[in-house]
Amino acid sequence: MRDFSYVRANSLAAARQAAALPGAMLLAGGTTLIDLAKCGVAEPETLVDITHLKGLDRIEMNERGATIGALARMSRVADHADIKIHFPAVSEALWQAASAQIRNMATIGGNLFAPAPYGDFAVALLALDATVGTDDGQTPIETFLANRDGSRAVVTSVSFTLPKADSFRFLKVSRVKPKGVSVLSIAAVLELSSDGTVTSARIALGCMADRPMRARAAEKALIGRTLTADGIAPALAAAGDGISPITDPIASAWYRAEVLPVHLGRLLLA
Amino acid sequence: MTKTTIPVHLDINGRHHDLQLEPRVTLLDALRDRLGLTGTKKGCDHGQCGACTVHVDGERVLACLTLAAQAEGRTVTTIEGLAREGEMHPVQAAFLEQDAFQCGYCTPGQIMSAVACIREGHAGSDDEIREYMAGNLCRCGAYPHIVAAVRQAALEAAS
Repeated sequence: MRDFSYVRANSLAAARQAAALPGAMLLAGGTTLIDLAKCGVAEPETLVDITHLKGLDRIEMNERGATIGALARMSRVADHADIKIHFPAVSEALWQAASAQIRNMATIGGNLFAPAPYGDFAVALLALDATVGTDDGQTPIETFLANRDGSRAVVTSVSFTLPKADSFRFLKVSRVKPKGVSVLSIAAVLELSSDGTVTSARIALGCMADRPMRARAAEKALIGRTLTADGIAPALAAAGDGISPITDPIASAWYRAEVLPVHLGRLLLA
Repeated sequence: MTKTTIPVHLDINGRHHDLQLEPRVTLLDALRDRLGLTGTKKGCDHGQCGACTVHVDGERVLACLTLAAQAEGRTVTTIEGLAREGEMHPVQAAFLEQDAFQCGYCTPGQIMSAVACIREGHAGSDDEIREYMAGNLCRCGAYPHIVAAVRQAALEAAS
């Protein structure tokens, strides 16, 4: 691993200041960043360790929604009593990520920066239309993800409104089940009318670009349709619209594009 | 590249250590190469095998993906710190009793992970043990005996 300088931030302001140094990157759980630095993929000149900042690991969840501190670790969120009561699907989505050790290290804030094929939880957060809190203010997650590379802001929290009961779905597809690296992941929030037709749909995809993306054409094609094989056919046909899947040792871009409609179909018909 | 070092103070197995390290030195390399604590193993060095599992503030983490500097101010426990006054930790004893290893390379990580797994309350059934020990690979394939050892230690801890 190329050497770098190390700065331990003792306040948000100090973190922000250090993050502005040339070649500086923020270090949280390190599960992706240290690994990528070892491979020479990430070449930080300075690592700004924010794991000693206080108060950024709070987890609050009630019947309206959740606010999760950026430094809350995946295991803590997955095991949090209020999350399990109000939104167990979040626990289940997190449980599918990596190993117990990694989940003890990886933070919710860090997940927003994980390049594909990592960052499946950010896919869930994108479907949930989460809001990312930074020392600069609140940003919709989609905007945040689009601008994350140049971002010098320090993420402090992620919040989202609890979706209607049973409207959230999450699927992670991996060859080693369920903990392997993703072939792809899909999260969706689907609202249905009393006759079973889709009234609103938000679908987020993982591994279909270098970061989580919305499947807007598929979302549009679902409105007014029922969740049946015939009903979802137009959505599946549109699933690949605008995607640019990654190629890695797990799967090629071609394969990922081929199986996306298959897995989206399974998610929608589940 | 300049070889700038920084002071790093580590609390490991109840002992305090003052080191001068390059910032890029991982906790794993500091333990093994600087402190002679070679019980913690380097398997993949990429966070996938679990051989380097240690406890930081009582929770199992991977020493290969933790910078030594990040562990400052935390309490680190390695396999060398499990035994008490010459008495093996119950999980160590269970691994011996159940013959839960072949070559033994993954064993320190398995044991550190198992201690945490039991403490977390994730050793309630064989399925749960398999699930929550999934971050520790064993190339010899000693898994059935590892599960038996964790089950035995969990039962002992509960009684």
